[in-house]
Amino acid sequence: MSTMRSAEGGAPLGGEHRSRESHGPTATRSAEGGAAPGGEHRSRESHGPTAMRSAEGGAALGGEQRSRASDGPTTIEAGYNFGYLDENTKRMIRRALLKAVAIPGHQVPFGSREMPLPYGWGTGGIQVTASVIGPQDRLKVIDQGADDTTNAVSIRRFFAKVAGVATTEHTAEATIIQTRHRIPEVKLREGQILVYQVPMPEPLFRLEPRVSETKRMHALADYGLMHVKLYEDIARHGHIAISYNYPVMVGGRYLMSPSPIPAFDNPKMHRMPALQLFGAGREKRIYAVPPYTSVHSLDFEDHPFQPIRANAACALCGARDSYLDEVVTDDQGGRMFVCSDTDYCNTRQGSREAAE
Amino acid sequence: MTELTPGFADPVLGAQSCFRAILEAMSRPGRLQRVAGIEQPPAPLGLAAAAALLTLADADTPVWTDAGAAAEAWLRFHAGCPLVAEPREASFLLATGRIPSLATLAQGSEEEPHRSATLIVEVKTLAETVGWKLTGPGIETEHRLQVAGLPADFPRQWAANRAGFPRGVDVVLTAGPWLAALPRTTRIEEA
Ligand SMILES: [Zn+2]
Repeated sequence: MSTMRSAEGGAPLGGEHRSRESHGPTATRSAEGGAAPGGEHRSRESHGPTAMRSAEGGAALGGEQRSRASDGPTTIEAGYNFGYLDENTKRMIRRALLKAVAIPGHQVPFGSREMPLPYGWGTGGIQVTASVIGPQDRLKVIDQGADDTTNAVSIRRFFAKVAGVATTEHTAEATIIQTRHRIPEVKLREGQILVYQVPMPEPLFRLEPRVSETKRMHALADYGLMHVKLYEDIARHGHIAISYNYPVMVGGRYLMSPSPIPAFDNPKMHRMPALQLFGAGREKRIYAVPPYTSVHSLDFEDHPFQPIRANAACALCGARDSYLDEVVTDDQGGRMFVCSDTDYCNTRQGSREAAE
Repeated sequence: MTELTPGFADPVLGAQSCFRAILEAMSRPGRLQRVAGIEQPPAPLGLAAAAALLTLADADTPVWTDAGAAAEAWLRFHAGCPLVAEPREASFLLATGRIPSLATLAQGSEEEPHRSATLIVEVKTLAETVGWKLTGPGIETEHRLQVAGLPADFPRQWAANRAGFPRGVDVVLTAGPWLAALPRTTRIEEA
C-alpha cells in the first residue's frame, strides 16, 4: 500500500476527487477543482482505512509528530501581526463581513490580499478566519471532511503559528471551523462559526460569464436562467444532475453557491444555529448566511431536491447517515466506503470500542 | 486643548474582540453584547460606541457624528477617519442626540446594497427580555429588545428601511459597554 500511496502522492497535482467520482455526476465539481491553479491533492484518497491514514499522516509531513486531536494555545511566532493580516486589511474584511451578514446570500467584494499559500488552498477562507479569530478561539480545519490532509494540517499550523490559537479535530469543541467542501456531520450550534473556502462564488458563472449581467440578475432576483438549466437537466437525465455545489436560495431572495460541498450537505445549511461565512480569495468575494436563515436547494414541485448519498454503511464505524467516500484499500482494486467526516467516524469507532 | 485619552489598551486584540461582539450582534439581532478594552472613551461616547468606531472606521470610511469636538478629535487621532458634515456621505454615523432620518443615509444600490451606511446610536438603555418583538434572519423564534432613547417614530422609519431590502441601513445600538444590532432584515413589532 505504501508503494501505491507514494506513487499517487507524487502524481501531478490537480488529479483530485478520484475516490468520489463514483458517487454521481462530477461535472460541476471537477471543473471547479481544476480551476484552482496548481490544484491540490488529497493525501487521504490513497490512504485506505483510518488507522493507516493516521499513521501515515505523520510520515507525510516530514516525520513531524502528528498533532494530537486537540492542542492548547501556542505562542505567536515573532515577526507576525496577530492573525497574519495587517490591521487595515482586517478592518476592510470585517466591514465586508458585517454587510454580508446584513444581506444574507449577497456577494460583497473585498480587496483580497496575497497569502502565503496559492489560490486553491483556501486563501479566501483563510482571510476570513484571520479577520475573525481571537485568542479565545479553538480552530478546526477540514478538507473534504478530513482533519489530516496536507491542506488542513497546513492551515491549522498556520493559525497556531500566527495567532497562537488552540486547535482541535473535534467538531463539538471548535468555535471556528474552516472547511473545504464539507459540512461536519455533527449538528453545529450557536457559538460556532463555519468558514467555507470558496473557489467560485458566482452561482451563475457557467450560465452567464459576464459579471455585469450576473450582478444585474442578482439585483432583480432574476434567476430564470438557472431554472431553465435545471429544467433541461431533468429533461435530459430525468433528474437534476448536480451532486456538488448545488445552488441554493438564501432568505428567499439571493441565489447562492454553497461552495463545492456535496448536495447531501445542503440541508444542513438551512436554519443552522451557527454563523456561516464564505470567502473566495481569487474572486475577491465574501458572503454569509446568518443563523436560523432559510436556505432552500432549488427544485421543482414534481422534482423535489434529493440529497444523494452512496447506499452503504461506513466500513469503519457502520454509519448509515453520514456522507461516504469510496477509498481504495489495496492494489488489487479493493474498495470500501468510509465516512468522509473523519472526526465523526473516529468518535463513533471510539464509542463502539468503549461499548464492547 | 485637553489631552486625548488612549484608544484600545491593546489595539490588535481590542479590535478583534470588539469585532466579534459586533459580528455576533449583527448575526443575532437584538441580543446584547458587552465590549471592553478602552479605559476612558471621550464624552459623550460610551465604551461600545467608541470601540465600534475604532474597530471599523479608518481613512477609507467617512464618519459623521454629532458628538462634539472632543469626540471628533479622538476619532480623527485614533481611527484616522475623515469626518463629514453631511449624513448621506458617511459610511458610519455615530449619533448621541437626535438621529438623522434613516431615509437620508446611504442605502447602497440594488446591485451594490452593501455600499450603505451603518448607523451607531448611543441610547439611554438596552434590555433584552422585554420590549420590541424582533424576528428575521439570525433569530430562531423571536428576540425581545427594549430601547430607551430612540425617537417615537423609529419603528415606522425602520419598517420603511426594511421594505427597501436589499438596500437599506444597518443599525448598531449602544448603551455604555453594551451593544445590540439591527441588520436591515430584522422585523420590529411593537409590544
Ligand atoms: Zn464511519
